[in-house]
Amino acid sequence: MHQLTDKKMIWLEQKANEIRQSIIEMLVEAKSGHTAGPLGMADIFTALYFHILKHDPTNPMWEDRDRLILSNGHICPVLYAAMAHSGYFKLEELKTLRKFGSRLQGHPHREFLPFVETSSGPLGLGLSQAVGMCLADKMDNDKYSGKQFYCLMSDGELQEGNIWEGIMLATKEKLQNLTVIIDRNNIQISGYTEDIMPLEPLKQKWQAFNWQVQSIDGHNFQEIVGAVGEAQAVFDKPSVIIANTIPGKGVSFMERKYEWHGKPPNKEEGEKALNELRNINVK
Amino acid sequence: MLNNKLKLNNKMFSQDIEQIPIRQGFGEGLVIAGDNDKNVVGLCADLSDSTKMNLFAEKYPERFIQIGVAEQNLATVASGMAAMGKIPFISSYAMFNPGRNWEQIRTTICYNDMPVKIVGSHAGVSVGPDGGTHQAIEDIAIMRVLPNMIVLSPCDAIEAKKATIVAAKINKPVYLRLAREKTPVITTEETPFEIGKARIFFVPPMQAQVAIMATGALVYNAIIAAQRFAEKGISVKVLNISSIRPLDFEAIIDLAKEAGAVVSVEEHQVVGGLGSAIAEVLAQNYPTPMELIGIHNKFGQSGTPAELIEHYHMGISYIEKAVEKVMERKSQG
Repeated sequence: MHQLTDKKMIWLEQKANEIRQSIIEMLVEAKSGHTAGPLGMADIFTALYFHILKHDPTNPMWEDRDRLILSNGHICPVLYAAMAHSGYFKLEELKTLRKFGSRLQGHPHREFLPFVETSSGPLGLGLSQAVGMCLADKMDNDKYSGKQFYCLMSDGELQEGNIWEGIMLATKEKLQNLTVIIDRNNIQISGYTEDIMPLEPLKQKWQAFNWQVQSIDGHNFQEIVGAVGEAQAVFDKPSVIIANTIPGKGVSFMERKYEWHGKPPNKEEGEKALNELRNINVK
Repeated sequence: MLNNKLKLNNKMFSQDIEQIPIRQGFGEGLVIAGDNDKNVVGLCADLSDSTKMNLFAEKYPERFIQIGVAEQNLATVASGMAAMGKIPFISSYAMFNPGRNWEQIRTTICYNDMPVKIVGSHAGVSVGPDGGTHQAIEDIAIMRVLPNMIVLSPCDAIEAKKATIVAAKINKPVYLRLAREKTPVITTEETPFEIGKARIFFVPPMQAQVAIMATGALVYNAIIAAQRFAEKGISVKVLNISSIRPLDFEAIIDLAKEAGAVVSVEEHQVVGGLGSAIAEVLAQNYPTPMELIGIHNKFGQSGTPAELIEHYHMGISYIEKAVEKVMERKSQG
């Protein structure tokens, strides 16, 4: 991973803004889907697809690619948009989201779009799959394989028990090539996580399971890239980055509102959102 | 009367027929599968001795992963390993694998079409004294309903060994159903085994009057019942169905046409199991009077395997009664 220059950072901010616009356009067209999560994770996906990941959009099944496992499949509009912007498929295809026959299923399905590392949607399943991938890689290559395994999760899905089974195994197997990024946006479908089922003290929970833990601003590219670099430097331990994000980030009337977790903007709201995004003053 | 072409155990009707737990065959088969392919890995949820995965773990410790008592993790971790080219076998009691982790199997294994092999040992009521919580009698139903899944239910330890070796070679999810108890060995190393193929084990020389279609350890009871009818001059053929999915439609329809009456036999709920699968085939192709031997809307309980098999009406005498009943129904047209 290269160092993040100021010039590159400005470029990434611009790219994240384009991805947010694509997310709004897709959701308006689809007339259903999730809005807040994808907007909140746009910076992290941009950092991953355009700076961090070792991947080749012209050769998606490249054996030595890093693996990105999206556990909370419902935020797939940001995954699809990041993939399209980096060249896995044409931007026009984004408009087919959730439509009959589309490769862009409402929740990712590997049979339709083999470039995704797994199908997802039912919560709490991604981490263990990432653990399995990392474990298989370690078996073949010892611990020093060049591949990195990134699992992206929501905070709400930490309420699933399967996650904690995966956490324990990753520690036991010393999976140092595994990095989890949690979208800590504090909302889930019915309300705020701390009202529905409190997750705090979250940092201490992961520490107690003997993971390396970092907490960052999920909209700050320096912090995102720095934390991933830090995670990769850790020896014999898996890493988790708790990325504090603003759900709905970039659109004033969506920010921090759990009501936008599971619904799309209508045409009017979409126009309003796109106007805001187009006028954000990128440094 | 045994089908000579299939080279079955010639001690079938002798009191001292060899008895081996079906799970033992799996344990030996997995070692051979591991010898054949270095990508074969074993994952277990704290029950490697019980499921006989310990044989593999001893020979290939670097390819064995102890997951702990966490069956949901067992399935999801295996899916991830399969995505990287491994051929994972995951084992626990059938009640927990695939009982506890069904949705994980559906989403991460079948929906992704990952070649994970789910090994459910201790299936059926013949687990015995542990009682109903540990007796999986719904597992065939919940596995055969999943797209992409292959469901195998071997009749003895030798067939289980062959099923394990074949399962490793096929690039699909497989469910392998095993029993805990010692079970009469009715096949030999020479008996053919093939996914998708059912074979007639017991063939009286005359046209069949009734066909028994059986799976798992109860195939032995079915053969003994058929032998008793043969002694009375009544021709009952026994079809061994170890591949429940894909199901051998041709063998089932052909035999139903010949006999005109069918009894299904399984150590499983009759809802959703082998009997249901046969009824689905026959209803659509050749409607035939049928009786279903299996568990009827009950949970299991503690007891010896023999007591429980009798209590739930799966013993030899109950199979005989079902044969008589279905013959009667056939004659009434």
